[in-house]
Amino acid sequence: MEVLTFLTDGVLLALAPTNLFLILIGVTVGLFIGAMPGLGSVNGVAILLPITFLVPPASAIIFLAAIYYGAMYGGAISSVTLGIPGASTAVATTFDGRPLALKGRASLALVTAAIASFIGGTVANIFFTLFAPLLAFLALSFGPPEIFALMLLAFATFVGLGGDDIPKTIFSICFGLVLATVGFDTISGEPRLVLFDIPGFLRGIGFIVLAIGVYGIGEMLWTIEQTRGEITTTNPKMTVRGMASDTKEAIRDGWKGTWIGSFIGFFVGILPAAGATPGSLMSYGVAKMVSRRSEEFGQGSVDGVAAPEAANNSASTGSMLPMLTLGIPGSPTTAILLGGMVIWGLTPGPRLFVDESEFVWGLIGSFYISNLAALLINLAFIPLFIWMLRMPFTILAPLIFVLSIVGGFAAARSMHDIWLIVIFGIAAFFMRKFDYPLAPAVLAIVLGPIAEPTLRQSLLLSSGDPMIFLTRPIAGPITVIAVILILLPAIKLLRKGRRPSEA
Amino acid sequence: MKLTKRMFLGLAASTAFVAMPLAALADGWTPKRPIDFTIMAGAGGGADQIARFVQSVVEANDMTNRPLIPTNRGGGSGAEALLHLKDARDADHTIMVTLNSFYTTPIRQEGLGIDIETFTPITMMGVDPFVLWVHKDSGITTFEEYVAKVQEMDGDFVMGGTGSGQEDSIVIAAMSDAYDLKIKYIPYDGGGAVAKDLAGKQIMATVNNPAEAKGFYEAGEFVPLLAFSDERMPAYPDVPTMKEKGHDFSYYNQRAIVGAPGMSAEAAAYYREVFGKVYKGADWQGYLTAESLSPLPMDEGETRAYWSVQVENHRKLLSALEGGS
Repeated sequence: MEVLTFLTDGVLLALAPTNLFLILIGVTVGLFIGAMPGLGSVNGVAILLPITFLVPPASAIIFLAAIYYGAMYGGAISSVTLGIPGASTAVATTFDGRPLALKGRASLALVTAAIASFIGGTVANIFFTLFAPLLAFLALSFGPPEIFALMLLAFATFVGLGGDDIPKTIFSICFGLVLATVGFDTISGEPRLVLFDIPGFLRGIGFIVLAIGVYGIGEMLWTIEQTRGEITTTNPKMTVRGMASDTKEAIRDGWKGTWIGSFIGFFVGILPAAGATPGSLMSYGVAKMVSRRSEEFGQGSVDGVAAPEAANNSASTGSMLPMLTLGIPGSPTTAILLGGMVIWGLTPGPRLFVDESEFVWGLIGSFYISNLAALLINLAFIPLFIWMLRMPFTILAPLIFVLSIVGGFAAARSMHDIWLIVIFGIAAFFMRKFDYPLAPAVLAIVLGPIAEPTLRQSLLLSSGDPMIFLTRPIAGPITVIAVILILLPAIKLLRKGRRPSEA
Repeated sequence: MKLTKRMFLGLAASTAFVAMPLAALADGWTPKRPIDFTIMAGAGGGADQIARFVQSVVEANDMTNRPLIPTNRGGGSGAEALLHLKDARDADHTIMVTLNSFYTTPIRQEGLGIDIETFTPITMMGVDPFVLWVHKDSGITTFEEYVAKVQEMDGDFVMGGTGSGQEDSIVIAAMSDAYDLKIKYIPYDGGGAVAKDLAGKQIMATVNNPAEAKGFYEAGEFVPLLAFSDERMPAYPDVPTMKEKGHDFSYYNQRAIVGAPGMSAEAAAYYREVFGKVYKGADWQGYLTAESLSPLPMDEGETRAYWSVQVENHRKLLSALEGGS
């Protein structure tokens, strides 16, 4: 097996003392950057990019990839402990991670996240190693109609997410979609919905801003109002035996979500337009849909933590694939990595595997090592994060506010974002109060900016004929499945509605 | 000797008095705070790559006493960055990496009230030419075959680009006008996405910077047909230019460093010195060659003259674009 020789060489290169050292540092730095609300892998990689000039390119990218990995693990930490997604990729982790933490099972959620991440990463690595060129070809066959069909599918898997109140769910989705259209319209090349002519809106409303506002400020206000400052987390304990039993429970209850996340995450991740965030959201939706205990989702399901966490790690490896094989970034972080490669004098693209085989395989080898290192380092730090949770809520709450504001500012260095965070936080509090689900709005702001341009590009391609979504070989089946999924709850609802009247 | 308060103040004042002109003479103006290094585009695009390359060279060689803090302000096709510079509270510590939206955005969005002639020229790092590419599977190998194919398809020939009013759409419009071509134009949100969809044969041709298409070209996937440069490009000696074909048209993407309006002359001199060094350095010269950028060194006066020519040109090109479509 030629691949195995390459891989062995790559792993050995990654295990060289300098590289191993860089991996350990990178994963640890990434873990903490990822755990900061607002700061994600993209910030970590961008900040540390200039440092990489001191080492050879292979070591440099290994270091940056380790940060990327570490941040994917770290994102779960603030999602679970603080209830704020540490990065956009970890938003789905809050849906069940937070309820688990509130039940005093934070350690279970964190252990599940770590193990699921490890499996997701490993599955993705194996796919990557064996099928990289083939998968690159698959990624290329996804044009605008295919990506739009996929986004439709992502929305469809989430129809049930908002609970039973469908009008309120639809309102929430529309609210998110409207926010997603603010800023600049690529298709016409004109600014649009620049509210009150405030220049800050030219950039559009970032996902991070909405997520920090909704989860950081909004949830905090809600919790304070509900509990009047009484401690909300029920005495989380952390012992070695407790961790061992958590591990068992995580594997028993989370294996299904882990597999779903590993596969969906990877395949969505390799599509340059999609990336890790839609991948983890879709995995969550699918895991809920196929689960026999779907009513537990949103209340603290282990599968609900495992699926998005496995997916975001799997997708982060997946998004390296178009970067290396095609020179096209699959996510904002890989875009920066790509810039780094150009700076190091490499040409990403179809020739990279041939011309720079040592570099490529060293990187792939480092994925395996980073993934293992991230698992171990993460497990080692879990007690620290649990200990943090034992702080009285009256101390924790102001800390969370400060972290939210600082993290929100650091992402784009803009005061405009801070005001938006505060406004969204207050708005989210009232939406919550009137029982409007917030997750669909967050979903819409992630998927909207992908779905809208691809829809319009597709219709431009077909001169306005919507049949393009049904007649193309890949888009067709995806669209059909999506439409069925969207209609399914409606059909169920109709049946349910009819039965009592018949009886 | 008893150190009285008055004496202490006197000493301090005289030290400061002696030290101040010396420091000023030795180094001139130096930054006192981290330097706001605004990038006029989103993360990962061509302008971003260049900005991060330049930042890395500056950091690696320790060329500034305060760090450059790169921030992507690509919103509104660069409007966000332009406004940020226009309203910069500290003009001496605010600089920007530009592309051609530096010219087009103030023309297209007059409401912003931006006059780029008020901005401070720092260093012209080079200009990025454009090339017309097709996929090798299309069977097209020359520009003439391309023209014949587009005319034969009569409006169904699909090209991708980065959007109406963007650099490539200006080039495509000029080319279509010169050869009477009808093209179906699909806007994408970045040059990388455009190149990817040509590789996947979702679109039939593109006008990309060589840097964006290089990987696919070297792998034999993309075929260059026509360059929109003044002369043939050293890296693509067999590719004819539009000028050779008898149409006086060339178009480049400007890669320049620009200072905020109202920057003091001393600060501007400092940055010119720093980025002038970057420009002459082996790293940047290597980048220019590898990515097929053309050097275009200019001093302040030349840059200002170049800007007014470019603004005039873009005004004409954009009005032709809007009139045509």
